[in-house]
Amino acid sequence: MSKGMTVKEPFLRIVKRDGVKRSTRLLTIAISIFAALIVDALFIFLVTGLNPFSVYGVMFQGTFGNRMRFSWAIRDIAGLLLVGIALAPVFKMKFWNIGAEGQILMGGLATALVMVYVGDKVPTVVLFLVMLVTSILAGALWAFLPAFFKAHWKTNETLFTLMMNYVATSIVACAVTILRGQASSLGKLNMKTKIGWFPAIFGERYTINILVVLVFTFAMYFYLKYTKQGYEISVVGESENTARYAGINVKKVIIRTVTLSGAICGLCGFLLVCGRDQTISVSTAGGRGFTAIIVAWLAKFNTFTMVLISFLLIFLEMGAGEISSAFGLNDYVADIISGVILFFILGSEFFANYKLIFRGKKAKEVQE
Amino acid sequence: MSVFVSWILRAVAFGTIIMYGAMGETVTEKSGNLNLGVPGIMYLGGFAGFASAYFYEKNATNPSGIVCILLALVCCILASMAGGLIFSFLTITLRANQNVTGLALTTFGMGVANFFGVYILNGASYTAAPLANKAFSAKIPVLSEKLGPVGEMLFGYGFLAYAAIALAIALHIVLNKTKVGLNLRAVGENPATADAAGINVTKYKYLATCIGAGISGIGGLYYVLDYNQGIWATTGQIEALGWLALALVIFTTWRPLNGIWGAYLFGILYWLYQFLPSMLGLKVPNYVTDLIQMIPYVVTIIVLIAVSLRKKRESQPPASLGLAYFREER
Amino acid sequence: MECAIQFKNVTKTFGQVVANKDVTMEVYRGEILSVLGENGSGKTTLMNMLAGIYYQDSGQIFVDGKPVEIHSPRDAFELGIGMVHQHFKLVDVFTATENIALGLEKSERFDLKKVKERAREICDRYHFELDLDQKVYTMSVSQKQTLEIVKVLYREVDILILDEPTAVLTPQETEKLFEVIRNMQKDGKAIIIITHKLQEVLSVSDRVAILRKGEYVGAVPTSEASVDLLTEMMVGKKVELNIERPEAKNRVKRLDINHLTVVNSDGIKMLNNVSFDVYGGEILGIAGVSGNGQKELLEAIAGLQHTEGGSSVQFFPPFETDGVELLGKTPKAIRQAGVHLSFVPEDRLGMGLVGSMGMADNMMLKSYESGRLFMLDRKSPKLLAEQIKDSLGVVTPGISTPVSRLSGGNVQKVLVGREIAESPVVLMTAYAVRGLDINTSYTIYHLLNEQKEKGVAVIYVGEDLDVLLALCDRILVLCGGQVTGLLDGRTTTKEEVGRLMTTVNTVTGGSANE
Repeated sequence: MSKGMTVKEPFLRIVKRDGVKRSTRLLTIAISIFAALIVDALFIFLVTGLNPFSVYGVMFQGTFGNRMRFSWAIRDIAGLLLVGIALAPVFKMKFWNIGAEGQILMGGLATALVMVYVGDKVPTVVLFLVMLVTSILAGALWAFLPAFFKAHWKTNETLFTLMMNYVATSIVACAVTILRGQASSLGKLNMKTKIGWFPAIFGERYTINILVVLVFTFAMYFYLKYTKQGYEISVVGESENTARYAGINVKKVIIRTVTLSGAICGLCGFLLVCGRDQTISVSTAGGRGFTAIIVAWLAKFNTFTMVLISFLLIFLEMGAGEISSAFGLNDYVADIISGVILFFILGSEFFANYKLIFRGKKAKEVQE
Repeated sequence: MSVFVSWILRAVAFGTIIMYGAMGETVTEKSGNLNLGVPGIMYLGGFAGFASAYFYEKNATNPSGIVCILLALVCCILASMAGGLIFSFLTITLRANQNVTGLALTTFGMGVANFFGVYILNGASYTAAPLANKAFSAKIPVLSEKLGPVGEMLFGYGFLAYAAIALAIALHIVLNKTKVGLNLRAVGENPATADAAGINVTKYKYLATCIGAGISGIGGLYYVLDYNQGIWATTGQIEALGWLALALVIFTTWRPLNGIWGAYLFGILYWLYQFLPSMLGLKVPNYVTDLIQMIPYVVTIIVLIAVSLRKKRESQPPASLGLAYFREER
Repeated sequence: MECAIQFKNVTKTFGQVVANKDVTMEVYRGEILSVLGENGSGKTTLMNMLAGIYYQDSGQIFVDGKPVEIHSPRDAFELGIGMVHQHFKLVDVFTATENIALGLEKSERFDLKKVKERAREICDRYHFELDLDQKVYTMSVSQKQTLEIVKVLYREVDILILDEPTAVLTPQETEKLFEVIRNMQKDGKAIIIITHKLQEVLSVSDRVAILRKGEYVGAVPTSEASVDLLTEMMVGKKVELNIERPEAKNRVKRLDINHLTVVNSDGIKMLNNVSFDVYGGEILGIAGVSGNGQKELLEAIAGLQHTEGGSSVQFFPPFETDGVELLGKTPKAIRQAGVHLSFVPEDRLGMGLVGSMGMADNMMLKSYESGRLFMLDRKSPKLLAEQIKDSLGVVTPGISTPVSRLSGGNVQKVLVGREIAESPVVLMTAYAVRGLDINTSYTIYHLLNEQKEKGVAVIYVGEDLDVLLALCDRILVLCGGQVTGLLDGRTTTKEEVGRLMTTVNTVTGGSANE
């Protein structure tokens, strides 16, 4: 880009667009996904010699192959989506919380501990309430700390929340070691009594998770769009100056919003433990905290767009599993494919936000 | 005593991995780019280095250690720099969000390394490159053997451990005593000022990010071919090391010289759980050892908070860290 | 004389705003040229194109008679052009020497000691007092300014541009600087000084070029220039504007501002002991070159500025005799105290409105807390938005279209419309018609007059003297953060206001009430 610029007027000038239409954005995303799939197809062909279309076809089976797979896909979409929903308000506020992983873990841990130690001492309803509340508190606390320091002293939240993940990991590791005792691994908690497990609805315990996430998808959309607090978040995210002008207490909004986000992550931990895994481990969060950032960011915090993005990512993941068994490849192909797609989508935003002016266009005007 | 020696040996080797990762990221961050793709880059570097050494060993009739080292290093650096280039193009030229791009790069790097790793593993749970391991982990002869425990602790590492120290010193000099370093720091602090001074901001950001990635990648190489005894196995270990390297950058307050002792300190803290109890003759329950592992991260958080509370300007992150630069922005 | 620089039909626009329009002018070698103009006249933008910060939309720049393309500051340096920017281009955590060494091209060995020695020589030669090992963030403003000048001198430029170089210097320092400039002139260099201080123009320059509203008006040799002539060229012939000005009726004191002092984060006194009163039923104009304290004044009243001890702003609500102290209150607290204060800030999309939101959402920026407990009341803002859209003729695809997509005039209608809809007792506006077309401007004047007739105390910070003279009942002039005059809008002249705007330190204490 820099070469050739000194000769004549710039070959290419970049001008920021005034506003971006939603349709333009969606179109660029669609084009970039298409371009990414072509690149991935070339990659698959060159490396494995397989016909990329048959690979994509098999991939499709990963999610839509049979009822069970589809059900699992919905379960995993729900898990990822909830974290994306949790992150939407903070990212909208331009607070870079990359600590969802830790917040989920702390929520999950709180749930697990209550399940094991209080499980047989209180009625079921009380137990679920206690698990719910402690998990939310644990997640909220994990988010509150970085938010507090960010609001008051501008402590870098990206790095702070990242570190909090590993503190959480090591606390969970410690708890797992205690819980498993002499056993080589920690199996399902309360295996015999099943106390604290979600009841199976339509044959699956994670049905409750899906329902909760469904509610949250609407609730968060509603919260961001129709409540006073949601409005404050938008204003703070857009410009702190405007927020001060409007009389918004910026510090309070930051702390409140980030804590809320952590609380939902904690809730996610609760759902994962009760409804999906019935156990706790350092991989309970399973990278969702990071992937959800991408979900929230690409969807520009619209929870319904997030459903689509979550679907895309889970579709790739499940498809990759299918490919690996069908062609003797491995799961990691999903990481590559989704990595390439993400690169393309991220890069495509530039074309939605900026206009390019080429040299020829202006040269004509000068000649006139 | 021997426990202490093995603790130090382990800690220094461990520290070397994250020292490379952190030094690379320091160079990158000095240009104002926050690359959260360090774990991915370390995967790319580690795998490319291992794969090249592995195939060379397997196919050459009379493989030589030196060639093996050179080949692995070159491949490692090239692969890592390619990762850095992807990040640079997306964030500098296309102004994509740095945090999200970095996270995507981590996913991608991990995917690429483990995907191709499967071909090498070919069904086995791990594969080794013994010759490369021997070449990379060769201790300094004579000195490491004849001087007792002190000699072992000082000279009992592969050459990359010493190269890391030399590199840290070199980086310190480049960053603080040369024109390039001065310009680079200016770009990270205040790109508009650097631009007005006639510095090519884009060029500096590209170069710093790519070179930084190259350095970080060596950390992955060292992990596989030296620390992990030349064994490639599909593992999440490198990812954790990458994040720890990011922590170390903060801990050192963006100074490569602090990186030397900081990395070893992290190594000592990381291995504390295994060696300290046996040194003291204590029997520590397992769950305590799990908790001890959080110490490096807690220390980093404390440093981060302390730095922001003290508001000492020299210890702050580069002022424009994480922001894209667009000259005509009004 | 040899022509060092020539602009030929240079035009530069930023979105809707035309910063420079078809400018053709010359700078000669060996001369000191003052570029004079009011705020917004395009002086800095024009020079930034020379320094490689901006690139012109059309037109051509010639250096030494040859057409050149200046795409970056590096290109500018290679052509021997150096610029001292008004906003410091310094790296805070670097020492003075490091800042000087930044970006040096000469392939000589990098040696900070040598750089320091040479910088020391420059300082000694021109009697600059500068600790070359001092970190910039510990420096005072005048030290930073000195460093900026040393930095450019170090590069041995042929063409030196200084953007408001004396704004932060003491008279002694200014004289020293002029000495330096004269010495450089003797070496055959061209020096361009952007300024609005007439006295300085007359004392230092050979020639004065005048810009007005982005256009080149003309140039006169300083020997033939006088304060009156320059003022007239700068502000233009008095244009009879057809703005109505109803008589001020029922003047009631609404604001009593006393000893207001504001110090910014750089330690500069942006407002220095300012005192005046504001009355309902009149429009108080505030004149002054931008950056002389207008922004701080309005923001202090609105509860957005930290003020120094001893400052006071009393608000007198209707039907009550006791005043309410506004300072020390947040905007919210001011609102909750029942003070109906509306504020149209200078930065419309960066402070007054949220660019990514539509009209409707912007309507509730200050009132979103009213209504139901937790939920936003979305109905009334929508109605209000529709009403403003119709009554002010806002051109927008819809009330949910992001306001950043609207033209400048429409953005301003949205903002002013909202502020007026709050039925204010005091209405403050900053550069309410900047960048707007004639029709929209008249709409705004009309709205302000309506408010005045309703008994609202209107504060109008403006830059167009014709408008100030035609619209305002009284005009307060600010210069260097001090009040340099309080004039009757009906009797004063453009020249008088222009002179007060460019005169510093004439009124000690800076208060019109003292």
